[in-house]
Amino acid sequence: MSQKIPIIKIKEDLIVSFLSDIDDIAALKLQSGLLQRIHEGKITGVLIDLTVLDMVDSFLGRLISNIARSSAIMDVKTVVVGIQPAVAITLVELGLKLEGTSLALNVEDGIALLNELKKSKYDFEI
Amino acid sequence: MRRQKILQNIQIENNMDLVKARQSIRTIALDLNYGIVDQTKLITAVSELTRNVLLYAGKGEIIIELIETSTKKGLRITVTDKGPGIPDVDLAITEGFSTSKGLGKGLSGTKKLMDDFSIQTEVGKGTEVVIIKWTDSDKL
Repeated sequence: MSQKIPIIKIKEDLIVSFLSDIDDIAALKLQSGLLQRIHEGKITGVLIDLTVLDMVDSFLGRLISNIARSSAIMDVKTVVVGIQPAVAITLVELGLKLEGTSLALNVEDGIALLNELKKSKYDFEI
Repeated sequence: MRRQKILQNIQIENNMDLVKARQSIRTIALDLNYGIVDQTKLITAVSELTRNVLLYAGKGEIIIELIETSTKKGLRITVTDKGPGIPDVDLAITEGFSTSKGLGKGLSGTKKLMDDFSIQTEVGKGTEVVIIKWTDSDKL
């Protein structure tokens, strides 16, 4: 049994809110589900909300980075929001960089950042 | 060691045990009044070690102990498996080294997050990783 993470579509953005600690299989399903939704069309932005997560380990860090880099290849911008201070410190000490993602403090700032990023094309290093 | 007490014993058998292991250490760290950063580091370290067991050995065991010396108190977490063992331990704890889907931060990262880290492994027999995080809390 593994948990399901809802993907919400608002206009051209997909919003993913982690609602609880998730297992690796659920995380991998999320990754493929999200990329499939992007492939189906009319998506220009992805916002990943990590507010409730009290831990981002190397697996989850890599997964988030992979989502962002794969989305970039499909010309979709990814913004990660809601990283808790303790999670941020741990990520830095682990040496995890969440490559390919842009970061904002909360969902509101994240949406604003997504809209800014969409104005500039091809600015991601993949 | 003046005192030691086993708080929890967790069997690692499948993907969902990863969430279970994180939940156990989360609850224990909170009960012991670890600061929020140390709580996060403990959860992250347990997560990395549990995933290693699942990836390489398939199953294993976590023992979480409360330990106390004359000057400090902390948690000692022992993660063991009867998996293939690690042929080159020094390489395995080198940052960036990975044989799997990780970032090569699993063991090296865990070591950085903890106050003490030791690993014993034998090819064909298994691996035992012991980590310690001390707490400054008086409320133990």
